[in-house]
Amino acid sequence: MDLLSVLRTLHDVRTDEVLLTSMGNGREWQQFEPHPLDFVHVPSSMGQTQSWGLGIAIAQPSRRVVACCGDGSLLMNLGSLVTIANVAPANFTLLVFDNGVYEVTGGQSTPASNIDQLIGQQIGFARLAEECGFRHTERITTLDEWQRRAETLLKSVGPVCAVLEVAPQTKDYSVRSPGRPKERVREFAATLQESG
Amino acid sequence: MYNADEFVQELLTVGVSHIVSVPDSTLGEWYPAMQQSDELSLIQVCREGEAWAVAAGLHVGGASPVVLIQCTGLFESGDALRNAIHDYGLPLFGIIGYRSYLNQSSLPGDTARIFTEPILDAWQLNTQLIDTPEKKPLLAEHYRTCRTNGHAGIALIAEGRA
Repeated sequence: MDLLSVLRTLHDVRTDEVLLTSMGNGREWQQFEPHPLDFVHVPSSMGQTQSWGLGIAIAQPSRRVVACCGDGSLLMNLGSLVTIANVAPANFTLLVFDNGVYEVTGGQSTPASNIDQLIGQQIGFARLAEECGFRHTERITTLDEWQRRAETLLKSVGPVCAVLEVAPQTKDYSVRSPGRPKERVREFAATLQESG
Repeated sequence: MYNADEFVQELLTVGVSHIVSVPDSTLGEWYPAMQQSDELSLIQVCREGEAWAVAAGLHVGGASPVVLIQCTGLFESGDALRNAIHDYGLPLFGIIGYRSYLNQSSLPGDTARIFTEPILDAWQLNTQLIDTPEKKPLLAEHYRTCRTNGHAGIALIAEGRA
């Protein structure tokens, strides 16, 4: 799937969910009209966006929180799947954009995709999430399927993990700054807490 | 240094809502008291970097978390705390167990003590060392000062064993 098309579908079905993006998905998300409950986690500590999302989901149980990360980011914080499943937030959806590479650094393959090439065994992040105890997991490989499932995955009782197979971007792949982080997080926190 | 009930009471007194933690042999002894408290939520994470990130989300969402980890976990978690505290300016508070500080013969050759305070300095964290029973009230005092000033802070709690 094309990353931008996947994100456009997410943008179309999203209503009042808190939505965190990072790295490549954060770069592309900035092409859409911003929403007050968007938080582009750039600059980030790689692999921590889903953990920020978990904290928000715990603090704001009446809101749906959707955290987006890449497969490289998930590999960097694989234990977060266990942490999330242990907390078991019903209001949490994790979307993993799996392109098999570290896209923003130029497309180097991840250790997980190296395993796929070496022994022909794909690391199943959705299966991993299921084994960890996520309530609902899916791997989605076509845009049609994603368009059919997206709304449900944002509404189902969590924790939900959907792994979306996307093609790596080979042009304009760098991280894009959404602006000054301290000011943005203050504004985001105020929005969350005022209307939460 | 602290017994479990005393530690929990300190956190309740200052208004902590969530403890995000990886245990060590001292901090872990406080877990049952934290888990029994109706007013505190203990969130266990798998690695210390996660602790700062979960605490960041909690803070942004309006909660009052503390991170409770050993100094070795502080070493592991540097980039996550840098991002939350320095990039985003979040006034997170950490309670760090200072491994073997009170009994340095318990782990011969362990270098945790050599690096703990220089690393806290390097991360520009406002740190209060609590290494005697007389200093125990400084935990609440330091937490309140950091909250009032909107700064991140660390209480570094001396431990007697590994």
